[in-house]
Amino acid sequence: MTEPLLTFTDRGICCPKGGFHIDPWRPVDRALVTHGHADHARPGHRRYLATRAAAPGMRHRLGDIDVETVEYGEVREIGGVRVSYHPAGHVPGSAQIRVEHRGEVWVVSGDYKVEPDGLSEPFEPLRCHAFISECTFGLPVFKWQPQAEVASEINGWWAKNKAEGRVSVLGAYALGKAQRILAAVDPDIGPILTHGAVENTNEVLRAQGVALPDTIRVTPELDAKAHPGALVLATPSALGTPWMRRFGPASTGFASGWMALRGVRRRRAADRGFVMSDHADWEGLNAAIRDTGAERVFVTHGYTSIFCRWLSEQGFDAQVVETAWEGESLDTADEGEVEG
Amino acid sequence: MVGAEAPALGAGGRCPAVPAGRNSGRGALHFRHSANGNPMKRFANLFTRLDQTTKTSLKVAALSDYFREAPEDDRLWTIALLSGRRPKRTVTTTRLREWAAERAGIPLWLFEESYPIVGDLAETIALVLPDAEEESDRSLTHWISHIKSLSQHAEEERKRQVLEAWNQMGKTERFVFNKLITGGFRMGVSQKLMTRALSQATGVEEPDLAHRLMGDWSPETTSYRALILEHDPSADLSKPYPFYLAYQLDEGPWELGDPAEWAAERKWDGIRGQLILRGGDHYLWSRGEELMTDRFPELAVLKDFLPMGTVIDGEVLAWTQDAPLPFAQLQKRIGRKTVPKKLLAEAPVILKAYDLLEHEGEDVRSIPFAERRNLLETLVERAPPEAPVRLSPLVPFDHWDALAAERERSRDLQAEGVMLKRLDSPYRDGRRKGDWWKWKVDPLTVDAVLIYAQQGHGRRANLFTDFTFAVWSGNELVPFTKAYSGLTDAEFRRITAWVRKNTLERYGPVRAVKPEHVFEIAFEGIQESPRHKSGVALRFPRMARWRHDKPAQEANTLNDLREMLAAYG
Repeated sequence: MTEPLLTFTDRGICCPKGGFHIDPWRPVDRALVTHGHADHARPGHRRYLATRAAAPGMRHRLGDIDVETVEYGEVREIGGVRVSYHPAGHVPGSAQIRVEHRGEVWVVSGDYKVEPDGLSEPFEPLRCHAFISECTFGLPVFKWQPQAEVASEINGWWAKNKAEGRVSVLGAYALGKAQRILAAVDPDIGPILTHGAVENTNEVLRAQGVALPDTIRVTPELDAKAHPGALVLATPSALGTPWMRRFGPASTGFASGWMALRGVRRRRAADRGFVMSDHADWEGLNAAIRDTGAERVFVTHGYTSIFCRWLSEQGFDAQVVETAWEGESLDTADEGEVEG
Repeated sequence: MVGAEAPALGAGGRCPAVPAGRNSGRGALHFRHSANGNPMKRFANLFTRLDQTTKTSLKVAALSDYFREAPEDDRLWTIALLSGRRPKRTVTTTRLREWAAERAGIPLWLFEESYPIVGDLAETIALVLPDAEEESDRSLTHWISHIKSLSQHAEEERKRQVLEAWNQMGKTERFVFNKLITGGFRMGVSQKLMTRALSQATGVEEPDLAHRLMGDWSPETTSYRALILEHDPSADLSKPYPFYLAYQLDEGPWELGDPAEWAAERKWDGIRGQLILRGGDHYLWSRGEELMTDRFPELAVLKDFLPMGTVIDGEVLAWTQDAPLPFAQLQKRIGRKTVPKKLLAEAPVILKAYDLLEHEGEDVRSIPFAERRNLLETLVERAPPEAPVRLSPLVPFDHWDALAAERERSRDLQAEGVMLKRLDSPYRDGRRKGDWWKWKVDPLTVDAVLIYAQQGHGRRANLFTDFTFAVWSGNELVPFTKAYSGLTDAEFRRITAWVRKNTLERYGPVRAVKPEHVFEIAFEGIQESPRHKSGVALRFPRMARWRHDKPAQEANTLNDLREMLAAYG
């Protein structure tokens, strides 16, 4: 038996034949990166390869890095291995990475979501022999509503707050979730203010031609009370801090897949929890894995041992891959600064 | 293998088929405001509104809206549920788990793995079940009687009916239904708030309502109209008055003004009880509105020594030779519906009387404490010495420092502290500030090492909140108590992160952790316990402080505990 096409090392996923790593967490020569989130795009690599849409966000976060870009579907030969990036539907620019050598196909999912969100390039099912899948929400208790229903809940909450003289402060991860909410809510309800971290990402995306509704950056000079009934998009960690005082009476909300659990909703102490995730739910994970036609499935990020056992019982050759990053677990969901 | 109702298997027969569009999913427990015409949905919306806020005013508003709009039978059941009158469990949780897993098309082990992560059984079931295929407009009252009637059926029929119910409800209704069926229904609203909301909705005064809601009623024996709107409390001879509860005096009494306006008593360490003598019978109620008459049969003779038309507020104490026995003795009698003779002889009880609520058949709660006390003294002093009733003596003091000195003697007298009652105050209802205060002795404390940790449930799911603590015996750490409360949410998160990284061993849900962190454990009492390895058991242990400043080696020892046992046990 020859060496597998992809191996798992203490630096992350490695392709010895092609001489590259995928989403490595320690510095390497050549890093293929699925998307710009901090647990996937790490600093310190010599060369990066990412989608054209993901690169500006990575530069924004990691500074002056050497990034080469590819289009979705474009095939690169690296060390004799055919590599291509395909939409993962997680956030704008996010990709699954397909690796092929002598007819053997592996796919690294990165983070993914199967439901189109109106902003990210929609998830593309890929056939492969081996699939490395995240399973952040790999439990049968996680089943998402369609996005339109969540958006109408947010609209209803915002409109009611506005009518009752309150601002609506919504906590959402600054890269991806916040823009997805921007694209989904009804901007006719009122003005939309943004926390600096959110607005920085908005600027990067607008510069790439992504259409987002008009927003107003919250700065120390801004008279926040001049925008009554506004929706304020904030980072989760800004909720409940002195930063919020400027808005006067406010209702707080938090948008995350973890809000599906009542215990987490109540611990967050936000007035409202909206179940909106950038990850696949239970049914989404199962559908995506089945559609790959893969026999071998490696699971990472999330309830890996439980999900692995489930897949094994379904007849897959399933294994857990350890990662240095817990990813977006329930523990970090309590801390605030997480996607999910 | 998955159950008969599992979804069809996909290509290759491996994974359940998932509909491509996936538009049917309705993820979380979320609410809609429009519930017109569906009373169960209306009740579920009430639950959601209460659940979504910690603000008292919003909770009261949600409840009073409900009390104005819901069908009367449902209002009555809601009042019953919020005053602890829950239907009994008619299906075991084991069966519910099996049925839910089968209906969801998942193996039971997967359900069992999901449950501790969600942290709540009723919620886990509501989340894993597929969406309802039917609708129903049945009321809360209907569903509760449906749940009660399940006990008449054989298991197969119970299962059929529960699955049918699940298939007619949205996520939140299902969650509430599951809470009702498992007998664990709570809504995070005190009886006091509920009474306030009901008062807003009906215009009936709060104290009057509180009285109407007391005692031995259930939605099956009365109606909303009869209980709330038309009820004459005096028609029910067993009906107790609402208890008046004191607030803790944290900073001492020095700000309470002139000591001459106050009476002080010992704070007795027994069971609060209201003794009712009416119509030739006697009734003894606990503060939790439980009828305890049969548990303390020796009090029955009070019918012969005190006049009918008398209601006394006092403390049930195990008592011999003019002194209270340790609480442990009384504890043996709690939870026993009938009492063996031996125990009656070992731990006889008396009523330590401290207030009079009804005199010669008249409600005297509105006259001043000093006058009620005089009436009470006359009644009790007329009873012969063998009558199991004693006055709770007043503790004389002429300045606050003298009272402070009296408080210091509390442990020696087997008391928990002192009570302060304003001499001109009426007997009020519920916990209200101003007229009654309890000034407890400072708790005992011991510095202990955290050695085991376990995750909590519900709001505390996924946080390590249940801890076992140890003290040193030579080089060995001997566990002596558990504690669950006293830390802030932030501290629980911090210790949770630490536990995950410092687990030495796992025993099922329990993790042995590095003996590194010291906590100050506060408790109200200590007693000998042969059942515990340490030989002691604590009352009301909680974490008073996280001693970041103290290394594990400097925690207390088993000898220190034994000395406390000798001094206070």
